[in-house]
Amino acid sequence: MDYRIEVKDLNVYFDESHILKDINININKNMVTSLIGPSGCGKSTFIRTLNRMNDLIDTFKMDGSVLLDGNDIYDPKVDVVDLRKKVGMVFQKPNPFPKSIFDNVAYGLRIHGVSDKDFIEQRVEESLKEAALWNEVKEKLDKSAMGLSGGQQQRLCIARTIAVEPEVILMDEPCSALDPISTTKIEDLIHKLKKEFTIIIVTHNMQQATRVSKYTAFFLHGEIVESGLTDKLFIEPEDKRTEDYITGRFG
Amino acid sequence: MNRIISPKIAQKIMKGVFWASGIITALILIIIIGYILVKGLPVVNLDFLLSDPIDSGASGGIAPMIVSTIIVTVVAVLVAAPLGVGAAVYIEEYTKENFFVKLIRFGSETLASVPSIVFGLFGLAFFVVFLGMGWSLFSGGLVLAFMALPTILQVSEVSIAAVPKSYAEGSLALGGSKWQTVYRVILPAAIPGITTGVILGMARAMSEAAAILFVVGSALAMPASIFDAGRPLPLHLYVLATQGISLPNAYGTAAVLVILILIITVVTNTVVENYSKKMMGR
Amino acid sequence: MKEKIEEVIVERALLITALSSIIIILLIIIFVFSQGLPAIESYGFFNFIFGSTWNPDAGDYGILPMIVGSLGITALALLFAVPLSLLCAIFMAEIAPRTIRRILKPVIETLAGIPSVVYGFFGLIVLVPIMRVHFGGTGFSMLTASLILTVMIMPTIISISEDAIRSIPHEYKEASLALGATHWQTIKNVIFPAAIPGVITAIILGMGRAIGETLAIIMVAGNVAQFPSSIFDPVRALTANIAIEMGYATGLHYSALFATAIILFLIIMVLLVIANYFHYKKKVTIGGGYL
Repeated sequence: MDYRIEVKDLNVYFDESHILKDINININKNMVTSLIGPSGCGKSTFIRTLNRMNDLIDTFKMDGSVLLDGNDIYDPKVDVVDLRKKVGMVFQKPNPFPKSIFDNVAYGLRIHGVSDKDFIEQRVEESLKEAALWNEVKEKLDKSAMGLSGGQQQRLCIARTIAVEPEVILMDEPCSALDPISTTKIEDLIHKLKKEFTIIIVTHNMQQATRVSKYTAFFLHGEIVESGLTDKLFIEPEDKRTEDYITGRFG
Repeated sequence: MNRIISPKIAQKIMKGVFWASGIITALILIIIIGYILVKGLPVVNLDFLLSDPIDSGASGGIAPMIVSTIIVTVVAVLVAAPLGVGAAVYIEEYTKENFFVKLIRFGSETLASVPSIVFGLFGLAFFVVFLGMGWSLFSGGLVLAFMALPTILQVSEVSIAAVPKSYAEGSLALGGSKWQTVYRVILPAAIPGITTGVILGMARAMSEAAAILFVVGSALAMPASIFDAGRPLPLHLYVLATQGISLPNAYGTAAVLVILILIITVVTNTVVENYSKKMMGR
Repeated sequence: MKEKIEEVIVERALLITALSSIIIILLIIIFVFSQGLPAIESYGFFNFIFGSTWNPDAGDYGILPMIVGSLGITALALLFAVPLSLLCAIFMAEIAPRTIRRILKPVIETLAGIPSVVYGFFGLIVLVPIMRVHFGGTGFSMLTASLILTVMIMPTIISISEDAIRSIPHEYKEASLALGATHWQTIKNVIFPAAIPGVITAIILGMGRAIGETLAIIMVAGNVAQFPSSIFDPVRALTANIAIEMGYATGLHYSALFATAIILFLIIMVLLVIANYFHYKKKVTIGGGYL
C-alpha cells in the first residue's frame, strides 16, 4: 500500500501548550481518512500542520517529520507555496472570495501563472462539474459568490480547491455549518472525489465518518488513541476509550 | 505559464517596498519634529515661558500666549464636554437607532468636516458681531468648543457603547433608575474612553489658529479676564512667522506647541490605557 | 415620585445636548449663508464662480483662480499622499511585526496632532528655500503647498485605510494562502480589493482636510490670485483668500468672502455625501451573503 503522507513522532506546541503528542499515522493514497474525536483535541491543528497553515501562527512550534510522497514538508528548502498547491484545504465555514463565481474558481489558476483564457474557462467548468455545482451556476458565473447558499458556497470552495489539481484535499469539518441536504450532497461529492484525490476529513459526526471514509483515526487530548479501517474501529474498537467515545459516553 | 516576474520575487520586492513606506513615514515625523525641537528648545527657558513679549514679540517671552491658550482651551472643553458626553449618553442609552439618531450623527460628521476658516467666519458673524461679544478669548473658546464637539461626541459614543450590557442589567435588577444606572455604573466604566475623547478635543482646540483668527483679537498683552482679547500660541506662531518678527522666538513657540502635543499623545496612549486596565481588574 | 420628575428632567436635558450638534450646524449655515448670499445675488452666481479676476478694489469678485488653486494643490497632494499612505497602511495591517506597529501607530497619531501652523512654519523655513534653490522662483508655489499638505493628510488616509484593511475577514486570507498564493498575491488580489470602499472613504476624508486647510497653505503657496501656468507658480487657495482679506474687508467685499466660505462648505458637503455612500456600501458587501 502506497502512503501519500507519513507522519512520524509529530509533536506540536503553541508556546508552552503541548497540543499534539507523538502523532504517528500514515495516510493512504486515493482514499478517504477521517479524523474523529471530541472538540478541541487537536484534529484541526493536525490537518493544518499538513499544509503548513499553522506557520501563520507566531507561537507554533513542532518536531517530528511530516512526509509527502517521501519528502519532509518542513524541510527549509521546501517551497510552501508549491506545497499548498499540492495539498488543498476546505474550511469549516465556507469562505468564498467576494468575487464572482467564475473568478473564485479561476483564482488559484491565475495566481499560479495561468493566463490562457480558454484553458481557464475549461478548467473552471470542469471543476464546477466535478464539484456537482455546474448546473446550478452555469447561467450566473459572473454573479457574486456571496449570493449562493451555504451549501453551494462550500461546493464552490471545493471546486476552487480542485481547480489547481492538488494531490491531497484536507477538509476541516466541511459540513458542520450546513443543513442535512447540503451535507448529503457534499458526502456524495467526497465519494466521487476520492478516486482522484487523497482526502483527509475532520469530523465530529461519527455517522459521517462511517458513511464516507475507509480509514479512521480517533484523536483524544492531542494523541491518536486508535486508528485503522473504519469498519473495524467502529464495530470492534481495540481501545476502551474509543469504545466509550463511539457509544456516546462522552464527547 | 508565462510571467514577467515570478511571484516569489515579487513577494520579496513588495515586502521591501512596504518596509520602505513605513520607514519613510516615521522619518518624516522625526525630521519635522526633530528640526523644530533642535532649533526651538534652546530658546525655551523659564524666562521665555514666564515673561511678556517685547517689541511685538521680537524678543521677550510668550507668557500671555500660554495663558491665552489655557483660557481658550478650558472654555472650549467646559462647553464641549457636557454637550458631547450628554449627547453620547442620550444616543446610546435613552433612544433607539432611529432617524433622529442618524440625523445627530450626520450633524456631527458635517460639523467635523467644516473647514476651520469657515468656523472662523461663523465665529465672527455670530459671536463677535451678532451677539455683540466682541473680540475675546471667550468668543474664541466657544468657536473652538463647536470644533471639538464632534470629536468628543464620537469617542464618547463608542466608549459608552462598549460598556457591557451586563453592568447596566445588574444595576436595573437592583432597582436602580435609568439615570442612576447611567451615572453610577455606565459612565464610570466609560471614563477612560471619554477622557481620551475630551483630551483629543482639547488637543484640537489647542492647535487651532484659523478658526480664531478673526474672533480672538490678537492682543499681545496678558489677558486679565476671559472677556479680553488674547493671542493663543498657534496664532502667535503664525504672526511671528509670516511677519518675520523673530525667527528664534518663532522656533521657540513652535517647540512649545510640539512638546504640548507630544505630552498629550503620550498621556492618551499610556495613562488612559493603564487606568482602563486597572478598572477591568487586569 | 420625586425620582420620576428627576428622571424626566435628566432625559430632557440630555435630549437638548443631543440636539446641540444639529443646532450648531444649522446656526453655521444660517449665519454664513446670510452674510454671503448678498454678494452672490448682486454679483451673480456664474460671475462669481467662473470669473477669472479677483480684484476687490476694482469690483471684480471672480473666484475661479482660487478654485483652480485649491483643486490644484489638493490634487497634487493626493497624488503624493495616496500611494505612500496606502503602502504604509498595508505595511501596518499586514506586514509589520507587532512591536513595529505599536511604535508606528503613536507616530501616525502624533503626525495627526501637530498644529497646522507648525507644518506651515516648517514649510516656510525649510521647504521654501529648498524649492527656491532647486526650481528657481521664490520657492512659494503650488508644489510647495502640496508637499506640506501631503504630510498633513497622510495620517488621515493611513489610519482609516489601515482600519479598513484590518477589518477584512481573516477567512479570505486563509483561503487564498491555502490555494498556494504568496502573501503579496493575497494582498493584491483579495485583501486590498475587498478594502477598497473603506480606502475610498479614507481618501475622500483626506481630500476634505486638504481643501479645508488654511494657514499652512498661506505660509507657503505664494497667495497670488492668478491662474498658475505651472506647478512652480504661486497660487491662492479659497481658504487663503478668506483669511488674507478678511481683516480689512467691508461691504460687498466682506460679503464676497463669506460667499467663498459658502462655496467651500458646499464642496465639503458633496465630498461628505460621497464618502458616506462608500462607507455604507462597505458594510453591505462584507455583511451580506453567508459570511
